[in-house]
Amino acid sequence: MTTITDEAVRARRTEIAQIPLSRVVSVELRKMFDTRAGFWLIASLAITGVFATIATIAFAPDQSLTYYTFAKAIGFPMTVILPMIALLSLTSEWSQRSGLTTFTYLPNRRRVVLAKTLSSVTVAVASMGLAFAAGAIGTVVGSHIAGTSTVWDLSLGHALTIVLGNLTCLLTGTMLGMLLRSSAGGLVTYFVITLLLPTLFGLLASTQDWFHDLRPWVDLSLARSSLFEGMHTGDQWAHLAVAVALWIVLPAAFGLRQVMRAEVK
Amino acid sequence: MITIENLSKTYGGTSVVRDISFKARPGRVTGFLGPNGAGKSTSMRMMVGLTTPTSGTATINERRFVDLPNPGREVGVMLDASAQHAGRTGRETLTIAQRMMGIPASRVAELLELVSLTATEADRRVGNYSLGMRQRLGIAAALIGDPQVLILDEPANGLDPAGIRWMRDLLRDYADHGGTVLLSSHLLNEIEIIADDIVMIGQGRIVCQGSKTELLQAAGTVVRSPDSERLHRALVAAGIAATESGDGAFRTGAGITEVGRAAHKAGVLLTELRASDSGGLEDMFLELTADTQRERTAA
Repeated sequence: MTTITDEAVRARRTEIAQIPLSRVVSVELRKMFDTRAGFWLIASLAITGVFATIATIAFAPDQSLTYYTFAKAIGFPMTVILPMIALLSLTSEWSQRSGLTTFTYLPNRRRVVLAKTLSSVTVAVASMGLAFAAGAIGTVVGSHIAGTSTVWDLSLGHALTIVLGNLTCLLTGTMLGMLLRSSAGGLVTYFVITLLLPTLFGLLASTQDWFHDLRPWVDLSLARSSLFEGMHTGDQWAHLAVAVALWIVLPAAFGLRQVMRAEVK
Repeated sequence: MITIENLSKTYGGTSVVRDISFKARPGRVTGFLGPNGAGKSTSMRMMVGLTTPTSGTATINERRFVDLPNPGREVGVMLDASAQHAGRTGRETLTIAQRMMGIPASRVAELLELVSLTATEADRRVGNYSLGMRQRLGIAAALIGDPQVLILDEPANGLDPAGIRWMRDLLRDYADHGGTVLLSSHLLNEIEIIADDIVMIGQGRIVCQGSKTELLQAAGTVVRSPDSERLHRALVAAGIAATESGDGAFRTGAGITEVGRAAHKAGVLLTELRASDSGGLEDMFLELTADTQRERTAA
């Protein structure tokens, strides 16, 4: 039989090397693509990107067919989909109960979570790269069709803050994944946080004076919007740092503690 | 070698596993037997670091599971065959294991063949698998790293008789080549067929352990009287612990002579006195689990 080696072979394997983090990251990346749901979720990044490009060419006024318009249009669906990818990569271990094997292949749960976060970030950065490339094609094609001049109005610095903005979206998903460890609960909470909460904050700020000045510090989506629109002042960075600490770092730290302790059943 | 020392787990005020200690030795199949809810799965989860023990230790080859650098290469684990991502194919499930453990890709095909999953079956999604197929896949995932120790929770669940026989031969061969196997079951027959050593657990406590041969020899006595109350008093007076089985007879670990003498001394009429037959282990299993249940109601 092939699976059972003799004593000699066993003795040879006295020192088994630790699993390197790079290997865990590559396995976690693979796990994001290898189910039908995962595959289509990631494919939807490309599909919505193409639609966004076409829609921009078709519907945007000719004079605004600039690179920034395209990059923004293609990047928007990603801000919605990337957090879902990050969230599901974590929660599926509990919802699908595959954590039972994942955590026995690698009992150090902190490394599993780290690998999952790194692989989500890899997907995000790669898809942002594609978005910028698709945006460039859209800009050239769009301006050609409209007969306007090609405008490259996105600085490298601004591009980087857009990537950063997307990463904060993504990490919201990671945070919720650790905190809730449930796919359904995580997705619902994510949409409450991103869709409902900003509206509530807006309402509160317009009716309550005390909240008006507080809002920039506690409203993550407001603080993040300056990353997408372009960071201009130190205040904007300060607002962002506080909001990220409040909505991502703190709950993520609490969530990680839960992940470390939670029983995997 | 799996070494369990004084392992306990308490949830809130409820003890699920109480101070269990035993060893699963290389070259032997150790059967972890107990009724549902006896604490088998919790014990096994504690062995592989999925649940933190309240107290006590579990080591595999003298190391805690969580300290193993690449656990899949040393311990094959299958705790629940259904706990696999339903959207992945069987082949992909094994490929993930193979990549994580850093072993040759050829192992995937080897293991699929070993557990008799065909290429077509391997390319189907696990969500469409029968329980028996999931068990085979789970066994393949446990064996893929070529470990020296196997921890399997209810591996025969959902297998047909041919499948159970296949599993028995596989584990026998594995143990004969020096491997350590710990498998749990709530079915005595399975354990009786496969195991060399038996650890019986009820209400979170180990009620008996030893080699199968030893335990079979130790099977006790069945005694019956029309006046079962007097018989019970007589047995108690003689210091013989006995359990009343449903049909009015008593079962005890004591020998025939001892029981007969106690009845004679008290002048109790007996209508039946014999060594318990029919797979003495089963009697013992029922008796011991009944014992622990009685203790619980008394407490």
